[in-house]
This record gives sequence, C-alpha cells and structure tokens, in this order.
Amino acid sequence: MIEIRNLRKAFNGKKILDGLNLDIEQSKITVIIGRSGEGKSVLIKHIIGLLKPDSGSIKLDGLDITTLKERELNEVRKRFGMLFQSGALFDSMNVADNVGFALKEHTGLQDDDIAKIVREKLTRVGLKGVERMATDELSGGMKKRVGLARAIVMDPEIVLFDEPTTGLDPIMSDSIADLVLDTQKALNTTYVLITHDIPFTYKIADKIAMLHEGKIIATGTVTEMKESTDPVVRQFLEGRAQGPITVY
Amino acid sequence: MFKDSLERLGLYAQAVINSIGLMMMMLISSAMLLLTPPIKVRNMFKQMEFVGIESLFVVILTGSFTGMVLALQSFNALKRFGAESMVGPTVALSMARELGPVLAGLMVTGRAGSAMATELGTMRVTEQIDALSTMGINPVKYLVVPRIVAGILMFPILTIITDFVGVIGGWFVGVKLLGINSGVYIGRTIDFVTIEDVATGLYKSLVFGLIMTLVACYNGFYTTGGAKGVGRAATTSVVTASVMILVSDYLLSTVLG
Repeated sequence: MIEIRNLRKAFNGKKILDGLNLDIEQSKITVIIGRSGEGKSVLIKHIIGLLKPDSGSIKLDGLDITTLKERELNEVRKRFGMLFQSGALFDSMNVADNVGFALKEHTGLQDDDIAKIVREKLTRVGLKGVERMATDELSGGMKKRVGLARAIVMDPEIVLFDEPTTGLDPIMSDSIADLVLDTQKALNTTYVLITHDIPFTYKIADKIAMLHEGKIIATGTVTEMKESTDPVVRQFLEGRAQGPITVY
Repeated sequence: MFKDSLERLGLYAQAVINSIGLMMMMLISSAMLLLTPPIKVRNMFKQMEFVGIESLFVVILTGSFTGMVLALQSFNALKRFGAESMVGPTVALSMARELGPVLAGLMVTGRAGSAMATELGTMRVTEQIDALSTMGINPVKYLVVPRIVAGILMFPILTIITDFVGVIGGWFVGVKLLGINSGVYIGRTIDFVTIEDVATGLYKSLVFGLIMTLVACYNGFYTTGGAKGVGRAATTSVVTASVMILVSDYLLSTVLG
C-alpha cells in the first residue's frame, strides 16, 4: 500500500534518513522501532507529507506523494489520520469540537450528525460524557484517546501514531495497546506506529521495522524479530547498554 | 577576527533576507487564499473581535490622555504668541495625521500582536499546526488569513476612535480647564482640519494593521525552540512591528504629504 524507496533527508548537513526503504502493508499494524533521535518522527512526517525528502519516493497505491503540490497533498491527507505524541489537541476547543473538527471542515454534515459521530468515536476509544470538557482537564491517557478519536473520525484508510505510549504508565500503555488492536480490528485500517516501547510493540505488531542510522536494518513479525541474530536488533530489543549501539 | 565578524554579518544578513522572503511568501499566499472558497467568515469575526473590540479600552484611554496632554502643552506654547485659539486645530491635526494611527498601532501591537505570536507559536511547538495540515486543512488559510484581514479592517476603526477621543480630551482640557471659548475651539478645528488629514491617518492605519498582523503571524507560525521560542516570538513580534510602524509612518508621511 505504501512503498518507501531510497528516502533521504538531512538537516543542516546531518543525515537523518539515508536511503531508507520500507513497505507498509494494507490493513496491518506496522511498528517502526528505533532509538530516540534516529529519525522515526521525521519518517512519519514524510509519510503524511509534512516534510519533503531531499530525494527518494513515497508511493501511496502507486501515487508518489513527494511530488504533489500542497493542494493535491491536502486531498491525499484526507485518507490519513494521525495521532501526535502530545495529542496536539486544539486547546481553543473542547473535546467534541476537537474530534468533530475535520467533519465540520470537510463535510456538509449538520451539527447534530457531527455530534452523533463524535459520540460514537469517543465511545469506540472508551470515553463517555467528556464532550464538553476542555482539553487541559484531560489526563495524559485521555488526551491520547481523544487524539485517536480525532484521528479516526473521518474513517481514514491509514492511521499514523507518533509515540502513542510516551509519558504513560505501564498499565495505561497496555490499555492503549488494547485500544489500538480493537480499533484496528473493527475498522480494518492500516496502522503505522513509531515507538521505542518494546512490550507495547510485541503486543500489537503484525510487522516490525527497525530504523537505525537512517535505514531500515531489519523487518519481520514479532517472532522473526525476537529470533533475529543481528546484534543491533538484539541489543535494542533486549534494552542493553552494551553492544554495537553506543550510548552517547 | 575581521573574517569572523564579516562571516557573522553575512549570516545575519542571510537570516534577515530569508525572513523577509518567508514573510512575503506568507503575504502572497494569504492574499491568494483569501479569495479561495470556503471563506472563513466566522474566524475573521472572531479575530476582528479580538483585535478591535478587545482593544477599545486601551486605545480610548491612550487617545484621550494624549489629546489632553497635547492640549495642555500646545496651550502653554501658543499662549506666548497669543494664539490660544489654535489649540483645537493643533490637537486635531496631530491626532488625525500622526498620533491617532501611530498610537493605536503601537498599543494594539503590544496587546494583540504579542498574543497572536504567542498563540500561533504555542500551536506550532505543540504540533497543533501540524495537526491542521494532517487533516488536509491549510494552516495559513485557517490561522493567518483571518488575522491579517482583522488587522487591516480594525486598525482604521480603532484609529478613528483614537482620533475622536483625543479631540474630545483636547476639548475638555482646552475649554473646561484652560478657559478657551468652546465655539472658537470647535470653529477653528473645523476650519483647519480637512477630510484629507483624516484620510491620511486612515491610509497609514491600513498599512500598520497589515504590518502588525503579518509580523506577529510570521513569528508565531515559524516558532522553534519550545517555550523559550514562544517567548522570543512574542518579543520579536512586538519590537519588529513597532519599529516597522514608526519607520513606515515616516515613509508614508513623506509620500502622502
């Protein structure tokens, strides 16, 4: 569904993505893992067109989105939903307005219909009666849930998740994992997540891709990755300070 | 040593040119997006309320006291020539041509410009602007265009109000406190102040409205560096817009006469 080929991006001369290749399959959960600062967020921002690569292509069903103009890109983006690390909820709006925002902007739906869809999506992410709450009244976990409800409100084909468990306690992280699995199964959507949370990854991933030094150095199912003999992969999955990846 | 200084100067010049280029791009794309449907009328009214209605108190206060002090000072000066009757035109002309637009511009820049840069800067560093883009919504159209339109429409209105309360303040001091005849004060003011004088101030205020909103939106929209960056965006906006208002005031005065 998404084919990333030879993607390169440098900031101020520093190579972040260095000839990255990756295939993302339809209706599967692909988890991209890697150390902090390896360029996982940069990669996800390329997939949705927030950043333009220095070279390389990202094809969505054969359409190279790196060559699109802003207006064409905005049309393609309607096929995506995105959950940001911090939630990125609009703090000038309450929960219901946040979730229903894209519907209001892109559809001719009446307020009552929007409210109904918003309620349904909030229920899907396990929240009830929070519509009128301000975003600063929400806990970290609730913000992620509202962010997810907002990401899936337009029934997108692909949902991108930027570090969905960062800042959450292990129990809340596990509940977010359940939520990811439930919603993906119910909506049959393609999910792409970036994280360095290994237990979370093992629980949800259909496919794991490891990003290291600007490239995807290994891909596979959870079992395949667990059995990997690559010392870099092993060190990262086992969370060891000693190994080929140097701590700086 | 000399090479280092030259290099720093070159980098600074490059950064300034880059900023001007980005600001002009923002202005051009805003002008194009303004005419592209759907037009965000609701957002525009919201910003007009913020820039205009919520600035009323501060411009009324500033305008009235400026008119009052102007009457007091010009009375002291004109008394020496026996020309106290010219206090009214002096106050009205100063307010209409210069002080009305400039004071309203600077006060609104301090109040609304810093708030605009802070709001957009916070939205940038908390990824809210990216979130708009990911939803297929052009953030310049949604956030910048309504603010620029509000600035251009509301600055002239605030200027008229500043002029008016300044003249009233001058009349109060001149007539009620300093004993100038009310008929003479008003008559002389009408004799000397023309529609062109008021229009000159309004033309200036249009430009000031554009400068303030464009500078604030640019600095907020391109904020980097977290909370510190947001603070820097607010400060830079107020300082840059204030200086640009004063410089453009001189240039416009030269052109408009």
